[in-house]
Amino acid sequence: MSLMKHFAAATASIALTAGAAVADPALIFDLGGKFDKSFNESAYEGAQRWAKETGGSYKELEMQSEAQREQFVRRMAETGANPIVVMSFSNIETLNTVAPDFPDTKFVLIDGVVDQPNVRSVMFAEHEGSYLVGMLAAMASKSDTVGFIGGMDIPLIRQFGCGYAQGVKAVTPDATVIANMTGNTGAAWNDPVKGGELAKSQISQGADVIFAAAGGTGMGVLQAAADADILSIGVDSNQNHLHPGKVLTSMLKRVDNAVYAAFKAGEAVETGHVNMDLAAEGVGYALDENNEALITEEMKAAVDAAAAKIASGELAVHDYYTDNTCPAVSF
Amino acid sequence: MDFATLIQILDSSIRLATPLLFACLAGLFSERAGVFDIGLEGKMLAAAFLSGSVAAVTGSVWLGVLAGVFASLLMAGIHGLAAITFRGNQLISGVAINFLASGLTVLLGQNWFALGGRTPALTGDARFGPITLPLADTVAPIPFIGPIYAEMISGHSALVYIAIACVPASAWVLYRTRFGLRLRAVGENPAAVDTAGISVTGIRYAAVAICGVLCGLAGAYLALGLAAGFGKEMTAGRGFIALAALIFAKWRPWYALGATLLFGFLEAVGNRFPSIDFGVITLPAQFMQALPYVLTVVILAGFIGKATPPRAGGEPYIKER
Repeated sequence: MSLMKHFAAATASIALTAGAAVADPALIFDLGGKFDKSFNESAYEGAQRWAKETGGSYKELEMQSEAQREQFVRRMAETGANPIVVMSFSNIETLNTVAPDFPDTKFVLIDGVVDQPNVRSVMFAEHEGSYLVGMLAAMASKSDTVGFIGGMDIPLIRQFGCGYAQGVKAVTPDATVIANMTGNTGAAWNDPVKGGELAKSQISQGADVIFAAAGGTGMGVLQAAADADILSIGVDSNQNHLHPGKVLTSMLKRVDNAVYAAFKAGEAVETGHVNMDLAAEGVGYALDENNEALITEEMKAAVDAAAAKIASGELAVHDYYTDNTCPAVSF
Repeated sequence: MDFATLIQILDSSIRLATPLLFACLAGLFSERAGVFDIGLEGKMLAAAFLSGSVAAVTGSVWLGVLAGVFASLLMAGIHGLAAITFRGNQLISGVAINFLASGLTVLLGQNWFALGGRTPALTGDARFGPITLPLADTVAPIPFIGPIYAEMISGHSALVYIAIACVPASAWVLYRTRFGLRLRAVGENPAAVDTAGISVTGIRYAAVAICGVLCGLAGAYLALGLAAGFGKEMTAGRGFIALAALIFAKWRPWYALGATLLFGFLEAVGNRFPSIDFGVITLPAQFMQALPYVLTVVILAGFIGKATPPRAGGEPYIKER
């Protein structure tokens, strides 16, 4: 028994010294929650990949309400974690307040730009990835009517919808894009019932492919689409497996890559602006055994050609952020 | 807006109104007996969670419903214990129930299924399918009446029809039975009921239990009828809209049907037409979303009739010694 105790003590002290030598990285999830099958879960997967490959450990926190933002980030910084990855544009103000107080800690903000010397701002080109799935939607649609269902009505989600509509119009110029937003509060991310009802409403208007960029609400959209035997498009993570053969594709936003890269670089992570676009493989569309029967060779060829053009800069997708308007669809 | 669109919107209204109607009637029983209940949301959430879990494990939708009712009854029991037996503040107890349900569902869900608080997606018999009413296919080709019957009235899940049947049943129980008379009396003047030798506590517990059953059905309909499984915070404020509907309905069963159908209709219109263009002005989607609350405030301000809550509502009954 006492031998066991010695071992335990020895392991504990090794663990402690290891912790002191290199600070653990940390990941702070946003309101959607760690397992939203989407944005936050993608970050979790990136962190898990890093943990598996390096055998390291990381700290994590899940925001529960708006009021906790500053408190959580501050508390995490005080524990000595470095770098700290913070999810969501909602934390721009948080980092503007907290980051200057911890000049030796590196922060990584996903989906927002913060001009502080110790912050790495990672932005994704959602419009480019959405453009590609929009093209696929238009090619798969028989009624030339496709739908878009956003979560909370914010510029980020409009960016998704705008890129999507442009992709649709690029293939079928006179196609109809029906766009709905779930709501104006955080509850819009977790309302599968309303998501399903919006999907049914779009289906009754003739939509036969629906793109959901709505976090947990999207689960209801995908379900309603599968029930009505039409196609849907998932978002952020690969959601093709949720309803095999019914999900046309998923717009991938490689948050996992961004988190993985930040964790791997550790305390030496570079600060400044990072743009995860098509060229940097920050966005894309998902193709796996669940949807290979839905994507024909011609569809794949057309989309890959467009992807190459966007990556090389030959084809420009309108960026909603530049002027807060969208030429292809009105919200 | 053509006729087919109108039918689709009305069809959607009925689906959206059903959980509100259950919750509204639930609140009606509780509040008519003098126990305010702002924990409708929490009870629905707990019911949605347990019904989703049990349906996922057993594959039976009706066992899921039973489990949902059980979860909601447990929450109602806590509320009753705090508000009736221990004479605590009913509002605080209701708030506590909302918090408890919000945290407990995700915690247990993560523990049982490790899907981040979600329950596994339901398929087949674990979900409510549409019920086609008799003759629906026969009358469908008839113009005007056909679509109304075949698309709007027929084709909902069992709980929708149960919800609508609950309205006359509630009205009958409240206004035509001895129990209903006593229940309303307990909400107006519990001392008089006590003088007649009837247990105020007993009646109030019965009312809170009915409230629990109805909230359980509301939650089960969300998880098993409208969605396919439970998702974190999936009630999304419907319990509070039901409370607004209850005030709008002036604590009366038939008015509750009207109020919840109106609120369901407003949501359905908002879903179909994100912004409504009247030529002169364009109403944004936010306007439609806020309208139920605006209407309730208008009612409370006394512009359309007067909403008088049960007189003894919110007060624990203390027997004189």
